[in-house]
Amino acid sequence: MANVSEPLKSLHTNPARWLVVAVPYLWLLLFFAAPFLIIFKISLSDTAIAMPPYTPLFQGFGALGDFVSNLDFENYLFLTDDPLYINAYLSSLRIAVISTFLLLLIGYPMALAMARAPTSLRPTLVMLVILPFWTSFLIRVYAWIGILKPDGLLTLFLQTIGIMGPDDQVQIFRTDYAVFIGIVYSYLPFMVLPLYSALEKMDNTLLEAASDLGCPPWKAFWKITFPLSLPGVIAGSMICFIPITGEFVIPDLLGGADTLMIGKTLWTEFFGNRDWPLASAVAVILLLALVIPIVIFQNQQKKVA
Amino acid sequence: MKSPKFDATILTLGFAFLYIPIVILVVYSFNASRLVTVWGGFSLQWYRTMWSNAGLMDAAWVTARVGVISATTGTVLGTLAALSLVRFQKFPGRMLFSGMIYAPLVMPEVITGLSMLLLFVAMGIDRGFWTVIIAHTTFTMCYVAIVVQSRLLTFDRSLEEAALDLGCPPVKTFFKITLPLIFPAVIAGWMLAFTLSLDDLVIASFNTGPGATTLPIKIYSQVRLGVTPEINAICTILIGLVTIGVIIASIGTKRAEIRRIRDEHVAARGTT
Repeated sequence: MANVSEPLKSLHTNPARWLVVAVPYLWLLLFFAAPFLIIFKISLSDTAIAMPPYTPLFQGFGALGDFVSNLDFENYLFLTDDPLYINAYLSSLRIAVISTFLLLLIGYPMALAMARAPTSLRPTLVMLVILPFWTSFLIRVYAWIGILKPDGLLTLFLQTIGIMGPDDQVQIFRTDYAVFIGIVYSYLPFMVLPLYSALEKMDNTLLEAASDLGCPPWKAFWKITFPLSLPGVIAGSMICFIPITGEFVIPDLLGGADTLMIGKTLWTEFFGNRDWPLASAVAVILLLALVIPIVIFQNQQKKVA
Repeated sequence: MKSPKFDATILTLGFAFLYIPIVILVVYSFNASRLVTVWGGFSLQWYRTMWSNAGLMDAAWVTARVGVISATTGTVLGTLAALSLVRFQKFPGRMLFSGMIYAPLVMPEVITGLSMLLLFVAMGIDRGFWTVIIAHTTFTMCYVAIVVQSRLLTFDRSLEEAALDLGCPPVKTFFKITLPLIFPAVIAGWMLAFTLSLDDLVIASFNTGPGATTLPIKIYSQVRLGVTPEINAICTILIGLVTIGVIIASIGTKRAEIRRIRDEHVAARGTT
């Protein structure tokens, strides 16, 4: 792109150019960036029994003084006071860390096997990984209910092959284990694909050189393959970790009453208790926790692009 | 480590894990018995009850319309965003712009959904059909932008430059040269946007209003009450539609690829 021809430069002064940038830019500013300012503002207001159910904070520039004096961090203090929120918060992070680790543990061997498969087979394998992702998330989580519930298919299967007695039942549904299964199942394609694209690009001559020089295969893996696939490991982990932390559908459908996740708490505050300011405060805190992983993810994406 | 047998075992287990639950779901939609664990013989009765369920059919119709409209607007905006990112290396606020493209991809849906709802309330807009469309357009355009961007990055610009050198106006060059060349990516982006819209429960739940219940919202409210073969039937139809769509799309891109390779061969022979 170094030698841009003359007519192309004229494109740069063309007003159409500004339209190309301005239309998506303004859309995202209005519908993605502005809502975050609003959510922050409302998290500082009080709950009111009205519609919308919060006291308005900002009414014109004349009321700017009132606006500042009305701001309070009551909702945030409430969040730190009640151990429910702190526990939900920590529990989400714990579930996200463990799930991401499990996803790496299962996704890495799969991606490696795909990258070592014959070249002609690879597009089919990639397609097979992507295909479940096209099927609805909700449907895939729902499919596990029928399998995991106490009188479900897993119990039936284990009873049939004789591992379980006819009166025993699998007690996984509505526990954290079911949540882990659901998360690993739903997010596996997101982990495998970045890993695969990192592993596929790898130069095989390095491994051949290592084996020629007498390096055992497992050592070659830790010295060559794994370090070279690190960008894929980071990208895959971030793509999974960030949304898992705020996951709602999986803990709600597969988890039990004691499965605490911040996404579920936010949903309950909003739809159940109709406490919009508190829900906003929960969202702001969740967002703050995810800023660092999101920045890592974006830098990774820019390097790829 | 380098055993093909080991690799084949891992892939078999991995794909079994990915596909068995879906297969079970589809099989049990044809079950005559209402119980999940009892096979009562083959039956299409759940498809019939599903068909006569007016609420469900309304929701399916709403979802289809939301999907088509939001995927289309999302594709237009996403393609423009991809062009901005790839073609214009410098403009004010480019950092913020690319940040706003990547962030929605990983942003937890509860945050996106809640924040958009609060925007609509602040703007005094009643929630309903159009607010769901705006919300879906906003997050799907980012996926489209990523898909189209990757095509634009591997794109041979010499054709474009030739057209411009020959005096073709930039806008015309875009529609005559650039758009046809990136079209497979644009179509792939549209399909991705459509499926994401079809799939979304959380963002739609926050931004919907009376008369705009989408299929995922409907399915979710029934799933909470328990597993019924009727839901399996809807899910099977959705899975079938998506599978057919993906297969048609992959055949289409394969054909385009073959044509492109053949054209290149012809062109190469012509020059030597």
